[in-house]
Parts: sequence; C-alpha cells; structure tokens
Amino acid sequence: MWEYNEKVKKYFTDPPNVGRVEDADGVGEAGSLACGDALTLSFKLDDDGKIADARFQTFGCASAIASSAALTEMLKGKSVEEAEKLTNKDIAEFLGGLPQEKMHCSVMGEQALQAAIRNYRGQEPLPQEEGEVVCQCFGVTDQEIRRVALENNLHTREEITNYTKAGGGCESCHGAIEDILAELWETEGAGQAPQVSIPSARPKKLTNIQKMKLIEETLEREVRPALKADGGDIEFIDLEGDKVMVSLRGTCSSCAASQATLGQFVQAKLREFVSEDLVVQEVKP
Amino acid sequence: MSQRIVYLDNNATTQVAPEVVAAMMPFFGNLYGNPSSMHTFGGQVGAHLREARAKVAALLGADPGEIIFTSCGTESDNTAIISALKSQPGKRHVVTTRVEHPAVLSLGQDLERQGYEVTFLPVDRQGNLDLDQAAEAIREDTAVVSVMWANNETGVVFPVAELAELAKAKGALFHTDAVQAVGKIPINLRETSIDMLSLSGHKLHAPKGVGVLYVRKGTPFVPYIIGGHQEHGRRAGTENVPYIVGIGVAAELAMANLEDENTRVRALRDRLEDGLLKMPATMVNGDRERRLPNTSSISFEYVEGESILLGLSDLGICASSGSACTSGSLEPSHVLRAMGVPFTAAHGSIRFSFSIYNTDEDVDLVLDNMAPIIERLREISPFWAKAQEAQAGGAGS
Repeated sequence: MWEYNEKVKKYFTDPPNVGRVEDADGVGEAGSLACGDALTLSFKLDDDGKIADARFQTFGCASAIASSAALTEMLKGKSVEEAEKLTNKDIAEFLGGLPQEKMHCSVMGEQALQAAIRNYRGQEPLPQEEGEVVCQCFGVTDQEIRRVALENNLHTREEITNYTKAGGGCESCHGAIEDILAELWETEGAGQAPQVSIPSARPKKLTNIQKMKLIEETLEREVRPALKADGGDIEFIDLEGDKVMVSLRGTCSSCAASQATLGQFVQAKLREFVSEDLVVQEVKP
Repeated sequence: MSQRIVYLDNNATTQVAPEVVAAMMPFFGNLYGNPSSMHTFGGQVGAHLREARAKVAALLGADPGEIIFTSCGTESDNTAIISALKSQPGKRHVVTTRVEHPAVLSLGQDLERQGYEVTFLPVDRQGNLDLDQAAEAIREDTAVVSVMWANNETGVVFPVAELAELAKAKGALFHTDAVQAVGKIPINLRETSIDMLSLSGHKLHAPKGVGVLYVRKGTPFVPYIIGGHQEHGRRAGTENVPYIVGIGVAAELAMANLEDENTRVRALRDRLEDGLLKMPATMVNGDRERRLPNTSSISFEYVEGESILLGLSDLGICASSGSACTSGSLEPSHVLRAMGVPFTAAHGSIRFSFSIYNTDEDVDLVLDNMAPIIERLREISPFWAKAQEAQAGGAGS
C-alpha cells in the first residue's frame, strides 16, 4: 500500500481539469499504455499570452492522476515561457511530496508539458529522447537518465528507477545505469559538461542490401512475434541511409501513445542486431 | 467510524477462523510445555501435535508420518526443491513454470545462477500448460518437476496428477505448491504419484507463520534446517505448538467446508463475475472451466489497477491487482504477461478471491459500486476516449 498524503488523495479522488481543451494551442503526450501510465495534456492561451485553460487525460495510478491534475492547476495564468521552466520537482512539491517510488509520475507530467509546448511552437514532437536506449523494458535513454539525475540530484540506481522507471523491469541494465551515474557525477565534479556519447559496439560496415536484409530478419525474429501476440504487426517500408521507415498495423497502430515506446523497442532491437546508427521512423500506411 | 470490511482478497491471506483462535489459546497459557521434554507437563503437549498432524494428513489423503510442519509455504517450497537436488547430486536440471509463485520462481532463477539448468514451462492465453511440452521438457537428468496445483492470480488449476506421472516415468521427483488449492478442491495424495506438496496455514484460516510440507513415504529427503530431532529429524527447531494446533483445526474445518466452497462460494464468485462482465471492455483472465471455485481475475481495459483498488478501498472492499503500480516491480504481473494478456488489460486487472465467510451482501456491494469507479477512471483515461472513437469510426464505415 502506497502512503499518499491528503493532497495527493484529494487530487486523485476529485481531480480538476479532466478532459481536453477545445481548440487547444498546445497538446502533448507522454508515457504509454504498455508502460502502465500515460498522459495527454492540452492548453489554451488567452489574449495576453497566458495559459487560460489546461486539461489532462491520464491512464495510471493515483499519483499519476494527481500529478497530472496538479500540473494543469499550476499552468493556469502562466506564460509559455514561465510554464517551460516547470520541472517534475515543482509538481511533486505542489502536491506536498510523492512516495519516492512514484516520482516517475511527476516526470511524466514534465515530459507531457514539454511536448505540449513543442506542439504549440509548431515543432515536431520529439520521436524519443535523444541518445541510446539503456532500459529496454521502458525505453529509457542514457540522455534522459542524465537529465533527470541532474535535475533531481540523483546518485543511486534505485533513485533513477523511481524517477524514470529505467531498471524497473528485467533489471539487466542496472550495471549500465550505475556506469552512467558514476561517469556523470565524476565529470560533474571536474566541472565539465556531462559526456553523452557511447562508443559504438558495432563497427563493421554493411552494404545497403546487407543492412536491409538484416533489418528484415531482425524484425521477423525479434519484433514481429511480440507484436503479433497483441494482434499487431510491423512492415518494413524503406531504408534511407540510416533511417528505417516502418509502418505499424493492427491494434498497435490505433494506440498513438504506445507508438513512442514501440518505436523505441523496434529501434533498440535494430541497433542491437544491425547497426548502432539506425533511426526508426514510422510512416502511415 | 468503523466501516464494514468486505474482504475479497483471500488468496493473499484469510481471516483466522474463530474455532482456530479458540483452539490455540491454551497453548499461549497453561499448556506452554515443550513436547520434547521428559516430564508429563511437556509431554502432554505432544498429544496435541499428533492430533494436528493426523488432521492435516486426513485433509490431504496422506499418512501422519508424511506431514512435516514448517514456518510457511515458502519454506516448504524451498525445502522440497533443494532436498530433491541434494538427494540426487548427479541430476542438475529442474522443470517448473513461468507462472509459479515467487517462492518457486525466484528459487528457480537463483538455482540458474548457481549453475543448475531450469526449464520454465510457458502457458497459453488461458493460462493452461501443454502436457506434451511438459513431457518433452522432463529429462533423464531432471531432479525435480515443481508445478503449482492452482495459480494464485487466476485460479487456473494445473493437471498435477498427470504431470506427476510424467515425472515418475523419467525418474524425476514431483513437487507441487498447493498453497492455493488446499481446502478449495478435493485432494487425495494416495491416488497420485505426487512426491512432495507444500501448503500454507494462513491461506486456509489458520494464522500466518505455519506451513506444511508433505513428503511421500520412501521419497529421498534431505532437511533444510539442521538442528534438533524435531519432526523426525526432518525439520529442526522447537515446534510452533500453538500454530500447529491451529493449522490442525483449520484443516479439519477445510474438510468440513469443502462442499460449501464448491457450491455456495462458487456461486458467489460466478454471480460477481457475470455482473462485472456486463460492463464494456471487461474480460476474465484464465480458463473459466479449469479454475478454483473462489478466484476471479478480471480486467477492466484502459484503466489502471491501483486506481481501481483505491476506489474500492474507500468503500471497505479489499481486492488485489496485477497492475505494474501494485506489483512493486513497475511491470504488470508475471502471470498475466506469461499468458500474453494485452497491456490494455494487464494493467487494469483486479483479482477477487472469496472464502466461506463471504456473503451475497458482499457481492451486491461490489456490483453496486464497481461501474461508477470504472466509469470515472475511464472518463479520465486518454485511451478510453480513443478506443471509443475507434469503435465509433469502425461501426460507421
């Protein structure tokens, strides 16, 4: 049983701002059905450029719903520039604190807010966090781990799992997360910017034909069975340089939010078995 | 304010039967002697242990000499599997399933790290094992096959009698974790080739802290806890006399209540399930035919289990969930994942598990309140809106 404070309980039991703003100026999504929590955030500005209305739709546990509702309350009256500065810490503080194991719910709020602001500015949604996928189970990249660690001053693997979910599944990436933290805080101490690059583990060069063949084989062996179990499928459409165009079919394609995760899953598999440089892009059939 | 508790989480633990509490009390009072003592004061306690052993043996269709009292189901599971490996040092292979309780599953993973080979049998979408696949997995060097009698999350019952025969044919020992099955379905070990069986007191109205390991007469056995001569040298440590007396009475009650469990309790479970299934996007997890009479795992798609449980808890209704947020591991239940239950449903799964203490009023309270809880959460969920749109679009085209 999680220990939620009264404010969290209140925001779960009777959340304000449920739904979607009509004619929204910005809409952003974070999380996925597969991961167990997801949030769609929308907001509308008034004539003075302040956020007049913000609404949310959330699939998730009590703290995910409370964090989303809290975020919408915090946004009202703020300019986009002010809103942009909000972090997961602000959300957790607004609620009077969240259980450590639930901090990832506040991180999801921050991610949805950033996505909504990008949408408002006419920028493409980030297909995923930049960097290498470290946690395959939840599709968390090294860059996201570094960013959340720096923002929240996190030093242990357990904290990273609580805040990002990374390492909360099969646990096989615990060593990699610990390496990232060791490197991050060592470099920080030396006063340098955190290093982001990870040396490529796959130096061999492939011709385009070899690459395409290997991609098709990897999709068939590593990806398709998992998708088919849930009634979905994937089709390899084209390869442009290192850009792999795929189309998702069946139940997977009807669930927009799970695509981010799915894309990461496909990309992680292709990077593992084909080439570190591949980028997966989804095209509509 | 005291709220009425509607307890529908009996696969997690059960209310201690008042008869059990009453029977235990003298052993916290005047009858505090040690059954191993030479004096009459201590020795008289031994008679109560014998009585308890006979009652447990009767429930299982076993002989009293085949019953070892332990501290819990997990200890029984660990003892059985490790004994099988120690008594057959040449055999380094274990067969179990992907849907075992952590008491067996985590032990299996640990044995792998120690260099043993462990086969984890898969289950199908209904949670059933494939007997042919099991037969193929058992080899000449298989020391033990350990398959639960019934699954704690779905209630699906496995064909342990057939599996025990398959193990016997290959010269392997067969152990079953029957923690959820005992007291809910008839068990007669004399009619099977099962070598070892684990059960837990607190799942059948005895207190937490007492369990049983059945070891068939003639089965090689190496004790796990070394020390004194208690339990015929098979489990050292001074007997937990009050709790053993308690589990004896609980076993007696379980036998008497088996009929009620399989008629009235089953009907309560079915009425709840049928009522809940009237809601859209709701489904039962697990084979509805081959199932314990008291268990229902039911998924409410597009909403998350912890949120449902909190809504129920506010009404005094106790249940559990296979969702990630309640599993402690950030991933939904290993049982539902092994069955291939889609994420939309695994995260929104709720397990209701009944006991003889449940009533029609309990079922009514859940049926009256579940729909508003689910509807409220679906209103908040982005996926519900999308699913509705997709359905409306599909119906229109």
